[in-house]
Amino acid sequence: MNNLVRAALAAAMATLCAGACWADTIKVGVIAEFSGPFAIYGKQYKEAIETYVAQHGSQSGGHDIEFIYKDVGGANPDLAKTLAQELLIRDRVNYLAGLTFTPNALALAPLIEQSETPTVIFNAATSAINKQSPYFLRTSYTLWQVSTPLADWAYDQGIHTVVTAVSDYGPGIDAENAFKAAFEKKGGKVIDTIRMPLATTDFTPFIQRVRSQAPNGVFAFLPGGPPTFGFTKSYNENGLAKEGIRFLGTAETEESNLQALGDAAIGLTTAFHYSEAHDSDVNAAFTKKLGELSAGAVANWASVGAYDGTHLIYKMVEAAGADGPKAIEAVKSLKWESPRGPVEMDPKTRTLIQNVYIRDVERDKDSGRLVNREKGVIATVGDLGWTD
Amino acid sequence: MSLILNIAVDGIAYGMILFMISIGLSVTMGLMRVINLAHGAFALLGGAAAHALIARAGLSFMAAALLAIMATMAIAFLLERLVYRRIYGLGELQQVLATIGITFIFIALVNRLLGSSLLAIPLPDFLQQSVDLGFRVLPAHRLAVILAGAVVIAGLYLTIERSRFGTRLRAAVDNRSIASALGINIDAVFAATFCLGAGLAALGGILGAELLPIDAYYPLRYMVLFLIVVSVGGMGSITGSFMAALALGILETASRYLIPDFGTIVFFAAVMAVLAIRPRGLLGKA
Repeated sequence: MNNLVRAALAAAMATLCAGACWADTIKVGVIAEFSGPFAIYGKQYKEAIETYVAQHGSQSGGHDIEFIYKDVGGANPDLAKTLAQELLIRDRVNYLAGLTFTPNALALAPLIEQSETPTVIFNAATSAINKQSPYFLRTSYTLWQVSTPLADWAYDQGIHTVVTAVSDYGPGIDAENAFKAAFEKKGGKVIDTIRMPLATTDFTPFIQRVRSQAPNGVFAFLPGGPPTFGFTKSYNENGLAKEGIRFLGTAETEESNLQALGDAAIGLTTAFHYSEAHDSDVNAAFTKKLGELSAGAVANWASVGAYDGTHLIYKMVEAAGADGPKAIEAVKSLKWESPRGPVEMDPKTRTLIQNVYIRDVERDKDSGRLVNREKGVIATVGDLGWTD
Repeated sequence: MSLILNIAVDGIAYGMILFMISIGLSVTMGLMRVINLAHGAFALLGGAAAHALIARAGLSFMAAALLAIMATMAIAFLLERLVYRRIYGLGELQQVLATIGITFIFIALVNRLLGSSLLAIPLPDFLQQSVDLGFRVLPAHRLAVILAGAVVIAGLYLTIERSRFGTRLRAAVDNRSIASALGINIDAVFAATFCLGAGLAALGGILGAELLPIDAYYPLRYMVLFLIVVSVGGMGSITGSFMAALALGILETASRYLIPDFGTIVFFAAVMAVLAIRPRGLLGKA
């Protein structure tokens, strides 16, 4: 090989390195719960990210992608901020992700604004978050997005009187307002609005109060786990379904606790954006790979939020490498086929425009497990809670 | 009229569940005077074992519940021999720290083995049906809990107030050295009582699971509830715990029927009032 060719090769390599610089590593910091009462969310995010990586490889656009996990343990904005600082300054991450709770997400807004770091929210569902910084992108859903279509649908099904029963905390009250506004706009009547203390363990008195007013339906919103368990049990045991008081919910029958609800859950109606039983090739591939990688793993809203979030990060890295503003620009109206169905980024709210499905809980004949069987799409909507 | 009946029925049913889940603590903390914050951990162990035996090993509810309670008692026996014996002599703060440490260990263990989602304990068919009371229906398992609560309170009363074992236990708690000098085998009495407390915790965990479902965080989630029942009832008094549980159950249920927006405030205000007037609880010994 003569000197000229050698020099040309060296020059070419130097140019390549200065430009895209192949085989560099783009780091993604994931802030989520890996210990404490909400540890299941962190676990599910991690499983979903690993599933995506197993399906699509650990590279995007010629860059290696590395995930760094940090445990925030729950709703703890100070710690979330500290962890984000650590990730940005010490680990030099180019992207942030995770974030289950709204206060944690809000705490990050000034940081990511300054460092121009695209941040993909896997869950935190308050509409207002994305207004705090143009670097927030969200792959979950907002309460308004599912509650409003549910109210419309219920009215069209002949459910004209409803009692709302929500847990007495921020999201519960949001859900109550969203449902009530939409239902009354349609012409329906909300007879009573019950707010149940978060510490409630025996829901019988509330269920009896619903029963005594004999509405066509009861709209419920409770945090997952024990409260949902107690409420659906009481609903069932007190024979409300038999008396024609239909259960209307959103996330109550989500998959991670669905099997524990047992037969009491059969027949519960919910409006939501994702069911593990969604019938599509993408979802089948996702749930199959997820099950292969982590035995016994179930796919739910947390998994699909993280899976789509990872997709978004891969697309950003592919288009812009480590350039934050350019990355946001590249994906802000991205469309793709998610395990939940077709989705699209809304450039204004940076939240997904997606299908809301109406589902009934059934026992699957083949597997013997309880599933959320989708009965149809009732709306394709973006963030309905967004105000300019 | 039906409102009063509803409050009475639901209040008693709820009160009995409160009694069942806190009676184990009444025994270990009330009778043995060890601040056993790990009580919930034994309830969790019992519940988690019952879940695993039913859902994974396919046992029937009765067999699984029995085995789970026995397993919890066996673990409690080992713990008593190895750890709790040293805890008895510690100061109050050290007891709190030691037993809460044990709680964290069990939470982490269950989280590792069974995950952090709800661990259902499916009931047998005869407990799942609803019983018609004329004016309304009541789930059969609530009746079963009321029945179990009555059996437990009667059994404990006979054991502690009427039997020779009870006399020895009370003597051992009141004055260890004199009881020992009189030839009472203190170690054996304490070990047996501790296992009894753990067994009752497991029973309460399993029977109460319909209302307070088992998951890895169970011990911390309901710790305040257990402690309230025991402190309102009065340390060292089984009957006191029973009365406190029923009274609190009825009070909370009544407030949720009548003034639902203030349910939680009424509950805690009542607890504060009782403890302000009677700092040692309803039937506490001075």
